[in-house]
Amino acid sequence: MPAEIYLNVAVSGLLTGLVYGLMALGLSVIFGVVRVVNFAHGEMMTIAMYLAVVLFSHYRLDPLVMMVPIAGVLFALGYVMQRGLINPFINRPEHSQFMLLVALALILVNGLLIVFGPDAQGVQTSYSFASFAVGRLIVDANKIYAALAALAVAAALFAFFRYTLAGKAIRACADNYAGALVVGLDVKRLYALTFGIGAACVGAAGCMMVLLVDVTPPLGPAYTLLAFVIVIVGGLGSMGGALLGGVLIGVSEALAGLFIAPSAKSMFSFGLLILILLLRPQGLLGRRT
Amino acid sequence: MKTGSHRKIDTSQLAVTRRTFTAGVGAAGLLAASAPFQIGRAQGAALKVGVLLPRSGVQAGIGQDCQRGVEIAPAILKGLGLPDLAIMNADTESNVEVARSRAERLIGEGAQLLVGAFDSGQSTAIAQVAEQKGIPFVINIAAAPPITEQGYKFVFRNFPTAPMILGDAFANQKEIFEAAGVAPKSVVFMHVNDTFGTAMQKGIAGIMPKFNMPYQITETIAYDLAARDLSVEVAKAKAANAEALLLVSRLNDAMLLTRELVKQRWTPMGVLSMGPGWYEDQYLKTLGKLADGPISFVPWYDPNKPLSKQLEAALAKAHPDVNLNTNHIYTFEALLIAADAYKRAGSADPKGLADAIRTTDITNNVSIGPGIKFDAKGQNATLKNAAIQNRGGKLVTVAPKAAANAKAEWPMSAYDKRG
Repeated sequence: MPAEIYLNVAVSGLLTGLVYGLMALGLSVIFGVVRVVNFAHGEMMTIAMYLAVVLFSHYRLDPLVMMVPIAGVLFALGYVMQRGLINPFINRPEHSQFMLLVALALILVNGLLIVFGPDAQGVQTSYSFASFAVGRLIVDANKIYAALAALAVAAALFAFFRYTLAGKAIRACADNYAGALVVGLDVKRLYALTFGIGAACVGAAGCMMVLLVDVTPPLGPAYTLLAFVIVIVGGLGSMGGALLGGVLIGVSEALAGLFIAPSAKSMFSFGLLILILLLRPQGLLGRRT
Repeated sequence: MKTGSHRKIDTSQLAVTRRTFTAGVGAAGLLAASAPFQIGRAQGAALKVGVLLPRSGVQAGIGQDCQRGVEIAPAILKGLGLPDLAIMNADTESNVEVARSRAERLIGEGAQLLVGAFDSGQSTAIAQVAEQKGIPFVINIAAAPPITEQGYKFVFRNFPTAPMILGDAFANQKEIFEAAGVAPKSVVFMHVNDTFGTAMQKGIAGIMPKFNMPYQITETIAYDLAARDLSVEVAKAKAANAEALLLVSRLNDAMLLTRELVKQRWTPMGVLSMGPGWYEDQYLKTLGKLADGPISFVPWYDPNKPLSKQLEAALAKAHPDVNLNTNHIYTFEALLIAADAYKRAGSADPKGLADAIRTTDITNNVSIGPGIKFDAKGQNATLKNAAIQNRGGKLVTVAPKAAANAKAEWPMSAYDKRG
């Protein structure tokens, strides 16, 4: 097999992994602050993907251009979900939260099936079939754009949590819930804000993902599972871990497909998950509790 | 609900499923008001035909496509002087056990003949019920050979078995290569790793040596049906340096593979597909010019037969954006067989109907071959399969020569030179 194929495949995996990472980042942010595991995470991403498809098919609006408005819509959805639906469950047992979000995920999948049907839908932009050639390395243009956008969104998110008052307040809530209450922070509003930010992340990731894959309603549960694998590998609650996990899963799946068998890709990522759980249960960048 | 002179009794609403829910809500009032009257009339001259299709679940799209063949049948059958059929629709939910119970229910509700069910597993289950109850069952689409190897007396299949499909595929490939004067010496075989893909892979390995093909399979790449990204698979295939691609795919993966071929700047000499996906409407519409070129080896229709032109026109009128395909053709022909047998039997007596089907000899039909007739096992063994090529958003038949309406473009044009 020619040597450049390994480089081609590794670069492709790295770029896809960055988009995976952004998707998982939303899940990690929500869990890290609100301590609720969003089992409807992938389904929320498919909503963003369908929004991108509808806007493209009706108005020819590029998903990358629509990334900010769609992330805004998802932010609003996440905010309202947290305030109206999830907040009453914050202090209930974990199995109640689990059932709530699984039920929500099922409703979303079936709702999308009713509205959009079972057929795959996608966007075909002017650069859908474009690729860049650097010597013998051929890189998919869509993956480059999507990965760059993912990096930009992730950087903006890191900056928000580090430099803004709201970001610092959210981090305070995550670090010390009682302390945040004592100093007068509106924790419920901050939780809703956090859930909205997590949802916005996954909304932005959906806009990038729709450049790479066609969307069907059953894609939601598949991406929820993938996001879980990534955050567990990277460390649940760790933002850097989510990005690292995404890249690791992206690259390892791609190389496993090349070295072992393409149909063994998923098997390999779950194998990696088990290995991490055995050797470093808190994940690569997670903190031991 | 009426379609032409044919009366429908929709039993699919009896079980509320995810997909039927919305349709059911809208249709319930109308059906509730009209169904009793229809049943009453159906007990008159019309033969009550239970049509079992996967209208929901993973095969929903295909089941709904087959239904188009049901919709356009009445007017054509009437034009042929055949008796009315009262259609009783049922949903198998893409599930073998549901298919079995729906078949039982349809018979319980008075179905005098069954048609269905696109899928081999579901058709096998229905065949068992039909045989047990002594009700004729005409299979529209199902390729697993064992269904007609059980010695059933009430089960008939007007669809080629998997070995028939594969055998014709290799014969048609050789015909295309000879006509073009160029043949690939090597191919990469890529297939989905589901039941269908794996069975086809085994079938190809068993049958190909008998045809002395000009090419060798240099690499076999199996991939997951649910794969979201096939870039690694295509990179691996490209690195194998084979001249052409041999494929067993479904729709979504066919589109993914094409996109990757373009992005990775590789146009093989040709794409030879032994399954669905590459000729489907969504593939053609989504990929536009990039959809041109692949050749699919499928059970098809003879575009030169008069009834084919009639069926094409009827479908174009009812669904202007849909190309006539396997699903419509064989579902329509199953109803043609039912109506023809009913006319000759003169009654809806199940045994009389089964005897009439056994002696079917329809030459004015749609599928390729001399016509519709069944052997002692209930199989139409005279069916021939076609090679069809995507050309400008349409499908042309390029082999066998007897049913062709165009010459194959082989090798296919390079993806980067299509404007």
